[in-house]
Amino acid sequence: MALTSTKPYVGVPRDTVANFNGKQIVYTYWEQHLLFSTPYLTVVEPGMRFGDYWENVVKPLMQADPDAAGVNLAEVKWTMGKQDFTPNISATLAENGIVHKAQLCFRTPGVNTLLAAA
Amino acid sequence: MDMKVAKKKLALKEKYKLLTRDLGWEPSYQKKDDIYPYIKYEGIKIHDWDKWEDPFRLTMDSYWKYQAEKERKFYAIIDAHAQNNGHLNITDARYLSALKIFLQAISPGEYAAGKGFARTGREFPGVGTQVACQMQSIDEIRHAQTQIHALSNYNKFYNGFHAFADARDRMWYCTLPRSFFDDAMSSGPFEFMIAIGFSFEYVLTNLLFVPFMSGAAYNGDMATVTFGFSAQSDEARHMTLGLECIKFMLEQDPDNLPIVQNWIDKWFWRGFRLLGVVGTMMDYMLPKRVMSWREAFEIYGIENGGALFNDLARYGIRPPRGWDDAGKALDHMSHQFMLALYQYNFGTAFHTDIPTEEDMAWLDKKYPTTFNKYYRPRWEHIRKLKEAGTPYKNMGLAKLCQTCQIPTVFTEPDDPTQLTIREVDYKGDKYHFCSEGCQHIFENEPEKYIQAVLPMPQLFQAPLSGDLVAWMNWVGLQNGKDNGDYFGSEDQKNFDAWRDLATRNV
Repeated sequence: MALTSTKPYVGVPRDTVANFNGKQIVYTYWEQHLLFSTPYLTVVEPGMRFGDYWENVVKPLMQADPDAAGVNLAEVKWTMGKQDFTPNISATLAENGIVHKAQLCFRTPGVNTLLAAA
Repeated sequence: MDMKVAKKKLALKEKYKLLTRDLGWEPSYQKKDDIYPYIKYEGIKIHDWDKWEDPFRLTMDSYWKYQAEKERKFYAIIDAHAQNNGHLNITDARYLSALKIFLQAISPGEYAAGKGFARTGREFPGVGTQVACQMQSIDEIRHAQTQIHALSNYNKFYNGFHAFADARDRMWYCTLPRSFFDDAMSSGPFEFMIAIGFSFEYVLTNLLFVPFMSGAAYNGDMATVTFGFSAQSDEARHMTLGLECIKFMLEQDPDNLPIVQNWIDKWFWRGFRLLGVVGTMMDYMLPKRVMSWREAFEIYGIENGGALFNDLARYGIRPPRGWDDAGKALDHMSHQFMLALYQYNFGTAFHTDIPTEEDMAWLDKKYPTTFNKYYRPRWEHIRKLKEAGTPYKNMGLAKLCQTCQIPTVFTEPDDPTQLTIREVDYKGDKYHFCSEGCQHIFENEPEKYIQAVLPMPQLFQAPLSGDLVAWMNWVGLQNGKDNGDYFGSEDQKNFDAWRDLATRNV
């Protein structure tokens, strides 16, 4: 049952992509860099190139972490949802299959100054 | 001539019978199902409403008498507090953050509970239940009122208190308690009783009130201690109502067990998430600390809760689903939550500060296996950024959990280096969660939770369309006054100056 109710009930989602004026939400998370408490919520145009998303949106948000300067996009490993993912840097977010509210994660193995070695 | 005979005073039991049970009658020209239309759809089967026990046997006339007496004492102390500048007796103004969160997030919850119990009092057919719910409804409204009155004195002097009602509806961190109570109020009457009457009032309320009121006492805040005491004597009655309700449901029909268990699982987890904010207060916001969140949870959560679930085992109830995950989160949650509040403090109507060396030594002592290892390096880095003149603000804003609406700041139960990432596709859209527990709640009733108004995504939709200044106006946040670091704030300057005037001849 999708809802315990007195009669059939259909909910109206509040965050569908149509509400974002041509933009969409993309969540991006730098693994094991928990100075940032949650994945970044970014609101961008699906036509933005992935390389520009990295350079102009994600990178400025990373700067407070001491590891930020040493991160090289070419060496970063990505996942989207639960899948490994290799972005095409010159293609757009949409062409990369990054849909509204997609969760991207990137890993920079061995680079984690603020995290005690577990 | 007739002799005047003094009327015999009614015995308590007789009075209770006349003023409660005798008020119920069998309807003759309306069907019972039409009068009480909401008691069947949740699947709970009740065969005999008269089996409901009300051990307090409190009648409305004595209720008014007790409460009026408490009100008189309460307002006498609040007046004295105001006249004697009681606000200058607190340890220091950092303490006010705990009060601001309480007023913005918790007091409106009391009011919501008042509305909820008024409704269940109408929807349940049993008279004993109706009367108990009505009294609790009035209690909850009284609690909200006394809290607002007690804290209004601070509003005369400090920032962050003035827009608590707008904050309740609009502030991103207030949607956590708001969604908790909205979820309960939009459930059926039986689920509401498990949510608020049982999980909140019975299992979790001590964790909220005891540490909060001792925190107030330790930090010289007599106004808050007073509303605590005034509310405390009602709590025993509320806890009894919650416990009676659950036993009643379980005794009435064996088919009720799986439904009740499912609600216990859900509301324990929602309550645990809600009380996470109390953890930040105990571990970080009280200048003079009472005990750690972990210690409080061991006493009021694990020991008391454990005994309760042992007691309920004879009905077939097992401890809530998220019980073990909750235990594993204890050494981490307050730190993770507080780090988030600090990095988004441009958007909070209370101040936060970076723990001092002394504070961190205390935190290490209370959390010996986790604080120095995981959280101290982050705080030290944040302090370094502040000292370098580039204070840390996370402008990435937060991903929120679709169920509890808290920023998804929590890590995997068995790996504090990995943030919990959970997503579900439902009807072509993606939904995200802070934990297994919240995902499970969503999956049980997706049509309910897809409607959640999540503050962060809303900020980027019309009419705000990402405008932070417009957002601040809308939530009643005065930029540069209500928000940001405590040190350097108007609250700090004023408190220090006034206290100086009160204690020295300058």
